[in-house]
Amino acid sequence: MDRMPRWADVILIPLISLLLAAIISAGVLLAIGQNPWEALRIMVSGSVGSTYAWGYTLYYATNFMFTGLAVAVASHARLFNIGGEGQAAIGGLGVALVALYLPWPHWSLALIGAVVASALFGAAWAAIPAVLQAKRGSHIVITTIMFNFIAAALLNYLLVGPLKPTGTMETATAPFPEATHVPSFRDMFSFGETILFRGTPANVTFFVAVALCVLVWLLIWKTRLGYEIRAFGFSEGAARYAGIGSTKIIVVTMLISGALAGMMAINNTLGEAERLILNAVEGAGFIGIAVALMGRSHPLGVFLAAILFGILYQGGSELGLMLGIPREMIVVIQALVILFTGALDNMVRMPVERLFARRRARAPLSPPGPTRHPPGRDAAPTSTTPAAE
Amino acid sequence: MTKLSTFLGASALALLAGGAMAQDAGPAVIFDLGGKFDKSFNESAFNGAQRWAEETGESYAEFELTAEPQREQAIRRFAEQGHSPIIMVGFMSATPLNEIAPDYPETKFVIVDAVVEQPNVRSVVFNEHEGSYLVGLMAGMASESGTVGFVGGMDIPLIRKFGCGYAQGVKAANPDATIVTNFTGTTPAAWNDPARASELTLAQISQGVDVVYAAAGGSGLGVLQTAADNDILSIGVDSNQNYLHPGEVLTSMVKRVDNAVHEAMTAGAEVEVGVQVMGVGNEGVGYALDEHNQPLVTEEIKAAVDQAAAQIASGELTVHDYMTDESCPALTF
Repeated sequence: MDRMPRWADVILIPLISLLLAAIISAGVLLAIGQNPWEALRIMVSGSVGSTYAWGYTLYYATNFMFTGLAVAVASHARLFNIGGEGQAAIGGLGVALVALYLPWPHWSLALIGAVVASALFGAAWAAIPAVLQAKRGSHIVITTIMFNFIAAALLNYLLVGPLKPTGTMETATAPFPEATHVPSFRDMFSFGETILFRGTPANVTFFVAVALCVLVWLLIWKTRLGYEIRAFGFSEGAARYAGIGSTKIIVVTMLISGALAGMMAINNTLGEAERLILNAVEGAGFIGIAVALMGRSHPLGVFLAAILFGILYQGGSELGLMLGIPREMIVVIQALVILFTGALDNMVRMPVERLFARRRARAPLSPPGPTRHPPGRDAAPTSTTPAAE
Repeated sequence: MTKLSTFLGASALALLAGGAMAQDAGPAVIFDLGGKFDKSFNESAFNGAQRWAEETGESYAEFELTAEPQREQAIRRFAEQGHSPIIMVGFMSATPLNEIAPDYPETKFVIVDAVVEQPNVRSVVFNEHEGSYLVGLMAGMASESGTVGFVGGMDIPLIRKFGCGYAQGVKAANPDATIVTNFTGTTPAAWNDPARASELTLAQISQGVDVVYAAAGGSGLGVLQTAADNDILSIGVDSNQNYLHPGEVLTSMVKRVDNAVHEAMTAGAEVEVGVQVMGVGNEGVGYALDEHNQPLVTEEIKAAVDQAAAQIASGELTVHDYMTDESCPALTF
């Protein structure tokens, strides 16, 4: 397992992957007659170069944290929840209903109400596929995909009919009342004359997402339920032998997963749009799958991957706004980064591991075997012993 | 492109200063989520902008939205770069524009398909129900079975407006006619799903439909293709689609988004504000007649539809607009 120092695993490999993606992207940009250096500069400064940029990056990242955590929790039980899209859409319905029809005295209470409603609605949407999987063996991938379409149809019906204010073209609910508007980063971090995060959608929901990352970590690694979920994921048969009920684990895991996906609506519906818009999720449910994969289903990994995806989204927007690069080409560049950092991870990892293994074999002080070395010792010059291949 | 990137520094400064900067950076166009090559509404706007660019030899800034929060981002960014007028197509931008427009009083905004009541906004709306009434009248007269079809994209109020006008036209020609209505889907994928549209058309044909009207963006191509394959008549939408299947497309309901965009860009920063209604009267909507559908449109049909158009233009005939009360006298959705 431990074939190279941790710093190489955490920093070196992602850096090499990003570099490879950047080289190929540069080729793509050259092919369409753009200056790759200029594009890189815009992408970086546009996504992390100012509080304005961070205001968008963190908004997108917040969305991806929720859906990424949803997929991550389910995958610990070897369940592939592909229904984040629908669960987040229905979560939005929950947020809209409580924000529109309950009188909230203060935003903090409205936020709590929205958290509860979106989690309940999202969980409810995951419950039927979960029970079908647990009791009837209907495959969760198929049922959750189908529930995405049912959610889309339901919201389509509601936002064209009952929930839409009469006379407007927009397929959206009425704006939420003033008292439900949660503070944006601008409200929170601007002081006096200095206005930070001006006009950006990032809001207090980001902290809800970060708190959930911690809670999910506690759940998976520090609680009995988390232990059962992981045991079930490693081996269903062994888990059952140990007295862990598979029905309970499948249903509970999916409820948690659905609730996490549903809570994404706090960010995009309560936090940003302040009304429920048709198709508000915009594929974040599916991005969550990539985020969870890239983050190795660990909350810290999900957090970092969500930030990376946020950077890609916001950087991509800036490329379109500043250079007029067609959005299809932006998707190509985003896809290259995802491909290299996520899917082609082993392509970089294996040669680097071999390199380190060779260096280690030469090192006089390091005995063979799975011992972890401090990076300093690995980096020491070790040319005294000939390499044993 | 290089011109645009020089504004990078300026816009960054404007952002830091927190104020709007009035510059003359020319017009900007913001396309909706469908993308500028949607064979329909956005493409029509793109064609209008291109026409302006070719005529004047000047360039314009453009952006294709991929996410909802980008609406505000793009409008603000273009305003801070000094673009005017900033033209956006699509009714979903109405709410963001209504909030942003007062922040940039020096900038002119144009929104197509929605009304935003701000002193620096021109709102262009089309009377799609009138144009649809005309093609419905033609469908009702051309149909031999007395059953006509309507294939919409997503079931949204705008498409119901098309369908309702169409149904009224059909009923005006033949009060006993049956109208079969279908939608291609419930997600935005519905605008670009010709295969599904094709299946729906086949299903409608099996119910006796012999004229079908497609108001479904890119999906409409599937309707027109299937109708041509099965020798029934079809009606195109937004741009003139008669040429796609000569002799098989009865007509097209043209909605001149391109003219609206072209006109606004030609007027430049001096564009007139207020609500501009594009109807049958000012050729904002209408039916298409060219060499491809000439043989299909008989003298009788042409006389009837021209008379109806004149009556609508003079105000003698009112076509019910679905949006006024969200109900339709001729069709239930």
